[in-house]
Amino acid sequence: MLLITCPYCGDSRDESDFTYGGEAHIKRPLDPDALTDQEWADYLFMRTNTKGYFREMWNCSSGCRRWFNAERNTVTNHFRSFYRIGEQPPVPDTEVNNG
Amino acid sequence: MVDRRLPGGGRIDRSKPLRFTFNGKELTGYEGDTLASALLANGVNIVGRSFKYHRPRGIVGAGAEEPNALLQIGTGASTIPNLRATQVELYEGMVARNVNGWPSVEFDAMAVLGFFSRALAAGFYYKTFMWPASKWPLYEHFIRKSAGWGVVPDGPDPHHYEHHNAHCDVLITGAGPAGIAAALAAGRSGARVILCDEQNELGGQLLSSTAQIDGKSAAHWLQGALAELEEMPEVTLLSRATAFGHYDHNFVGILVREADHLGDSLEHGTIRERVWRVRAKHVIHAQGAFERALVFCNNDRPGIMTASAVSTYINRYAVKPGDTAVVFTNNDSSYQTAFDLHAAGSSVVLVDSRSSGAELGELTDTANQKGIEILAGHVIVDTSGRKRVNRVKVMQMAENGKDVIGHARMIDIDLVAMSGGWSPAVHLHSHSGGKNDWDDAKACFVPGASNQNSTAVGANNGIFGLAECLQDGLAAGAKAASECGFKAEAGYSPTVSAVESSAITPLWRVPSEQSVERAPKAFVDFQNDTGASDITLAVREGYRSVEHVKRYTALGFGTEQGKLGNINGMAILAETLGASIPETGTTTFRPAYTPVTFGAGAGREIGGKLFEPVRTTAMHTWHEAQHAKFEIVGQWHRPWYYPKPGEDMHRAVNRECRAVRDHCGVLDASTLGKIDIQGPDAAEFLNRIYSNAWLKLKVGYCRYGLMLGEDGMVMDDGVTARLGENHFHMTTTTGGAARVLGWMELWLQTEWPEMQVHFTSTTDHWSTIAVAGPKSRTVLESLCDDIDFSDDAFPFMTFREGTIAGLPVRVFRISFTGEMSYEINVQANYGQAIWDAVWEAGQPHGITPYGTETMHVLRAEKGFIIVGQDTDGSVTPVDLGMQWAMKDSADYIGRRSLLRTDCVRENRKQLVGLRTLNPNAVLPEGAQLVDDPSLPTPVPMIGHVTSSYFSANLGHSIAMALVKGGHSRMGDIIKAPLADGTVVEAEICSPIFFDPKNERQKPTLEKAA
Repeated sequence: MLLITCPYCGDSRDESDFTYGGEAHIKRPLDPDALTDQEWADYLFMRTNTKGYFREMWNCSSGCRRWFNAERNTVTNHFRSFYRIGEQPPVPDTEVNNG
Repeated sequence: MVDRRLPGGGRIDRSKPLRFTFNGKELTGYEGDTLASALLANGVNIVGRSFKYHRPRGIVGAGAEEPNALLQIGTGASTIPNLRATQVELYEGMVARNVNGWPSVEFDAMAVLGFFSRALAAGFYYKTFMWPASKWPLYEHFIRKSAGWGVVPDGPDPHHYEHHNAHCDVLITGAGPAGIAAALAAGRSGARVILCDEQNELGGQLLSSTAQIDGKSAAHWLQGALAELEEMPEVTLLSRATAFGHYDHNFVGILVREADHLGDSLEHGTIRERVWRVRAKHVIHAQGAFERALVFCNNDRPGIMTASAVSTYINRYAVKPGDTAVVFTNNDSSYQTAFDLHAAGSSVVLVDSRSSGAELGELTDTANQKGIEILAGHVIVDTSGRKRVNRVKVMQMAENGKDVIGHARMIDIDLVAMSGGWSPAVHLHSHSGGKNDWDDAKACFVPGASNQNSTAVGANNGIFGLAECLQDGLAAGAKAASECGFKAEAGYSPTVSAVESSAITPLWRVPSEQSVERAPKAFVDFQNDTGASDITLAVREGYRSVEHVKRYTALGFGTEQGKLGNINGMAILAETLGASIPETGTTTFRPAYTPVTFGAGAGREIGGKLFEPVRTTAMHTWHEAQHAKFEIVGQWHRPWYYPKPGEDMHRAVNRECRAVRDHCGVLDASTLGKIDIQGPDAAEFLNRIYSNAWLKLKVGYCRYGLMLGEDGMVMDDGVTARLGENHFHMTTTTGGAARVLGWMELWLQTEWPEMQVHFTSTTDHWSTIAVAGPKSRTVLESLCDDIDFSDDAFPFMTFREGTIAGLPVRVFRISFTGEMSYEINVQANYGQAIWDAVWEAGQPHGITPYGTETMHVLRAEKGFIIVGQDTDGSVTPVDLGMQWAMKDSADYIGRRSLLRTDCVRENRKQLVGLRTLNPNAVLPEGAQLVDDPSLPTPVPMIGHVTSSYFSANLGHSIAMALVKGGHSRMGDIIKAPLADGTVVEAEICSPIFFDPKNERQKPTLEKAA
């Protein structure tokens, strides 16, 4: 049972109060028609399978109902950060898997 | 039967004798006994038969590591199978039985298998019972029967189980010396502490220790420490409380057996067990260590126990497990057992595999003073005794450690106390994600770095001396409390006077006169009859990974999860592979540490009203009064059909269907998902989330909307009305409301945060009453005088606001039946009042309440889909023939995916209607469709039935199906081979069976009148 901190509500609550949303920072292509089937399938289906810190989305589904992002170590389940949608991750891309 | 109770001592209360039965035999123990100690005191040797060879087995341990004494406790509905007798507190009137052995443990007919043990080696079941595969159920039946393992209760458990949430600064699992010391240091700082222990008394090793602490007995020190802890308001002490799992972020499950020890006399409805769900800032693991067995030939005879168990039975329970004992060891710790036996009046011989005996000279001196013979550099090579060990064969071990030399010496004994060293109980540390490090000097795995805020202390941390355990506990308790923000210090460490040493020279497989394959069985895992030879066999057959060997040999598979023998098995594997133990590695420990009952897992959420929330509409009591049958949709209880006296479902549904088409029906549609959408970008948002066009919908009008996943597959549908320029009322499927709201929020919040639009769930705010049928307009007109119901003023797919019975309502002219139909929405509290008004006004017109089943039949007659029934997440709007709901004017979620190669291929499964050639044959929903059932199996399947009913209005059955390339196969005959061997033939047709021109839902005023 993970302990998750909603960056809007500010408190830590059990995982059962939240809904998982998969990998974060996947942008919907602005012009889908410009993409080949392969590229569209990549956006639609392909996700990274990270060992280490992974950026993912969570929804505060039993609280404020807002989506937010988190960085979770997929080996230890340790959360390094929780941040709001639209905010930049606290740890730059180059360091994502070094912690 | 021998009385093995010592005349004095122990922590039992001799003034409180307890009567109990074991396999029908009446026996007596005392309060403070475990079932195991009471059985030993009564001289019971055999408590079970082994799993595979049905060898007689006795009690080996004194705690969670016990592999043999798995007994059925209690009777009737309260009985629990496979409880370890070593952990069951004795109570008055206890009924205990062994779980395997037929006809009895004393004489087991299956024991003949033991003579064939060479034929029953590792993988025997895999190798023997593979062929023919069809016979497996038969084999399984006999294997299960011969394996045993208890019986289930004969009725529902009459007791209650509960869950309890708790938070603390420091949770300490295990109340032995280190755990109690940690609790003292943390508790003194004011930190909130929970200290739990699986035994009935806190104290662990202190309860059977002969050491002196601060000049007094260990028991005396324990009493003082517990008294101090009890005085601390922030400290919670839990006995009979097993920490069974350490999960993410310091979430620990603790099973508290509150009333199991009270037995069958327990009043029905009492809370029997309670699961504590604890979230701790810091967890201190203090579960101690397990003593390992030694792996020598015939090491499983009753009367062969671990040394520490022997000491525990003598010191804590005042039971002398044997009169003539041999202590067989590879380390210093079991010298104390020899002294305990000597003190209890047993004769003792010490067989020490190390060539120079004990490392601590003081131990040798003490043994000499007591006249205990020490055979250093010797090992037990074999044992004998049918129902109990009566003789051991001892030989000298060669320097290479692989052979035995010299003359064998036979020693007649009735007890072997063995010690292969100690293994910290790293289970909880492993659950929490921590790795374990091999310590060569201590010859055991010790907890490595932790993934969480947790620390192992004392024996659990590979620290085996009592003084060091107390010190380690105090320091760890203080550190943990400090990290939680308390001012804590380790403080004064008590002085301990005891002769302590844990020096060890590992001996994983005791050599014998023959090779491991030819020698008698030397057991590693007693519960699963896994021998050393099974592990060497697995290696010969090519197994290398410890996880594979585990599964092939069943090593560590039993209920005790390898607590006694796993490390021995892994070490023997490493030895056989010529690798080191760290290289070979360990298997993974997973929760639960010891078995948890199903009742405790379920808690109160079992059956009845607490199992799942129930949602009912404002008109629910009316439906009940009309004897409606209910269908559960999501969590909603919806009227399914309303049978009249003597009607079955079929007749009731036929009557309801006819009533709607002929006169007028009324449906409680309140459960439909409703979402209020407001904001300047509301229309644009709908245009992106729905596949059809929304920008030009006029205020006051409604439109059917189709929602796709980004993969292009249909995910929900419903009618949405434009209440104002920037205001929409969306409806969703009953089961899809929460999902759709979440879906829209996801897009709004993560992808289009610049859009100005807001969603509010209003499902529970509105009661919805659907009135359908040719008389529906007449009924509405008689109810409501401030709405003009004429076609011109109130056309199909529009809505109006007005009042009924003085209450403000929204009336939508929409139809899910194909009939002229109105859906009245009113603030939920007034639902019953409007329903009553409709019911009253409809009486002259034969108004009939109808349920979901009739709704399904009527919509199927019209070919309207139900998302989730006629679609399954792999169906596009094109597959459904709903190209009209796909706009070209703008992008929408899922559009690009519909252009993917797989979405435009020709033989996708497409929605069609089916008319059975026999008009009365109703196809089962889910039936597979084929072109030619006579083809050899597997017959190519071309589709399946999604909806199927008998239509009373049409006089024949109707069905909808998804069929490969179905849209271009109109008129073809396809076949549904059914499970009973019959084949139903059907013609592919349009899914619209009734009123294909939609004349009924928008008739002129004249036609309706």
